[in-house]
Amino acid sequence: MTTGLDINKIRADFPILAEKIRNKPLVYLDNAATCQKPQAVIDSIVHLYSHDYANVHRGVHTLSIRSTDKFEGARTKVKDFINAGHEKEIIFVRGATEAINLVAQSYGKANIKAGDEILITAMEHHSNIVPWQLLCQQTGAILKVAPINLQGELIYDEFEKLISDKTRLVSVVHMSNALGTINPVKKIIAAAHAKGIPVLLDGAQAIPHMAVDVQDLDCDFYAFSGHKLYAPSGIGVLYGKQALLEAMPPYQGGGDMIRKVTFKETEYNTLPYKFEAGTPSIADAVGLGAAIDYLSVIGMDKIAAYEAELLTYATEKAKQITGLRIIGEAEHKGAILSFVLDKIHPHDIGTMLDSLGIAVRAGHHCAMPVMDFFEVPATARASFAMYNTKEEIDVLMKGIESLIEVFG
Amino acid sequence: MFDDLRDLYQEVIFDHNRNPRNFRVMENADRKVEGFNPLCGDRLTLYLKMDGDMIADASFQGSGCAISTASVSLMTEIVKGKTEQEAEDLFKKFHEMTTGKDEQINLEAIGKLAVLAGVREYPARVKCATLAWHTLDAALKNEQKSISTE
Repeated sequence: MTTGLDINKIRADFPILAEKIRNKPLVYLDNAATCQKPQAVIDSIVHLYSHDYANVHRGVHTLSIRSTDKFEGARTKVKDFINAGHEKEIIFVRGATEAINLVAQSYGKANIKAGDEILITAMEHHSNIVPWQLLCQQTGAILKVAPINLQGELIYDEFEKLISDKTRLVSVVHMSNALGTINPVKKIIAAAHAKGIPVLLDGAQAIPHMAVDVQDLDCDFYAFSGHKLYAPSGIGVLYGKQALLEAMPPYQGGGDMIRKVTFKETEYNTLPYKFEAGTPSIADAVGLGAAIDYLSVIGMDKIAAYEAELLTYATEKAKQITGLRIIGEAEHKGAILSFVLDKIHPHDIGTMLDSLGIAVRAGHHCAMPVMDFFEVPATARASFAMYNTKEEIDVLMKGIESLIEVFG
Repeated sequence: MFDDLRDLYQEVIFDHNRNPRNFRVMENADRKVEGFNPLCGDRLTLYLKMDGDMIADASFQGSGCAISTASVSLMTEIVKGKTEQEAEDLFKKFHEMTTGKDEQINLEAIGKLAVLAGVREYPARVKCATLAWHTLDAALKNEQKSISTE
């Protein structure tokens, strides 16, 4: 490899990669579903619960202060990681799904009315479709869907044509989980902003694969999950521009999101706490901070370059296999290889590869409209992370060739 | 290379997957029910021709994994000529075999359906094997709605 990552050292940081699956070395290629955790993240959680844990934001006692410092420290790390302007713009949520639902139910209900339009693309994950369908049912707004081409790329001209005087929000995936496509988000944001329309980016897939700078992108909202960023599940982030968040009504009511409560009225807390009702996922947030520390040492640009090499290698190898069809061949693409095999159902592929210790995803990847577009019931998907190797891709390809042989 | 999987993917299953039996639309069917597992993408349409309470003919169309295809193919073979009650009894035995409730597989009763017993060790795949039979059950009860085992 030319990218200067010490892959052996990185692999040694992830204890699960030493697991044997069905007596074979684990080849974990389901990173788009969730990725594995480095020891530093696991240790951060153990350390918090062993030495520093109490509830945040309320106690005057030492442990509460330590816990609060670590929790808020994680917020600062997230802010720096995505280059947000202020900690107030970093809302901790359960994951990207909750972040999008928050925007739909808070921003959406306050600003979107009957006849207004919300614009998404045909490659969205269900979590960037269904929250808008719910909002449309509640408000009478209309969901518009920009089409994709056979390479799995957004047809940008069609997208631009769909931006109308009625469009109130554009919500687009940064990188597709089913196809790997990376959307031209800066262009999309500029086009929407030219008409005064805010843009939400679903960054669940993009965030572990590339450096994300929300100020440079100029997106209005950015949603992502910790668990795809080498951090625990149960924690995620909604970034929002401060002015937008300030004007939005709360999403849920409860503790931590209030300043003063009487039975007559409640005064809400300031940002970001206005959107963080209830005791947050403290340890998971601390784990997210540890994951960001870990990634920052390695460098997101190096990770992106290495994964691009992996994808190129995997794509070349896959194309040599007769009967294999890659689903999603966008020019600008992240480290995801979705494919189907002639006459072999993805679930058979998944079970057979599992018997070789290879974890891939088989199914519709929560993107059923994408499956319909490509007229496949499901795909098999190998998705790569920085700890994967070309040798693992060789194991995958050999496995695919063997199962084709067995199925005859 | 796939030695661990021999219990699940027996040669009979590959054979039925390659050459599914009774794989045709039945124009004059008395019963027609769809089975669909959206998470997997397994989809089949089951057709039955009844003669009184006897299944005179059974066929199917659709696409799915090897387990679901072999299961429905074998099922259409075995239920032909069976009464509704006999078919329901087979469904019960098949269900017990695939979900592991019946530890001793009664080969006499279940016949060549025993090749699908291997799914017991693969909980994620049980639904593939049972989709055909739940669809048959619905057809025998003359239900119209689409069936799913997910």
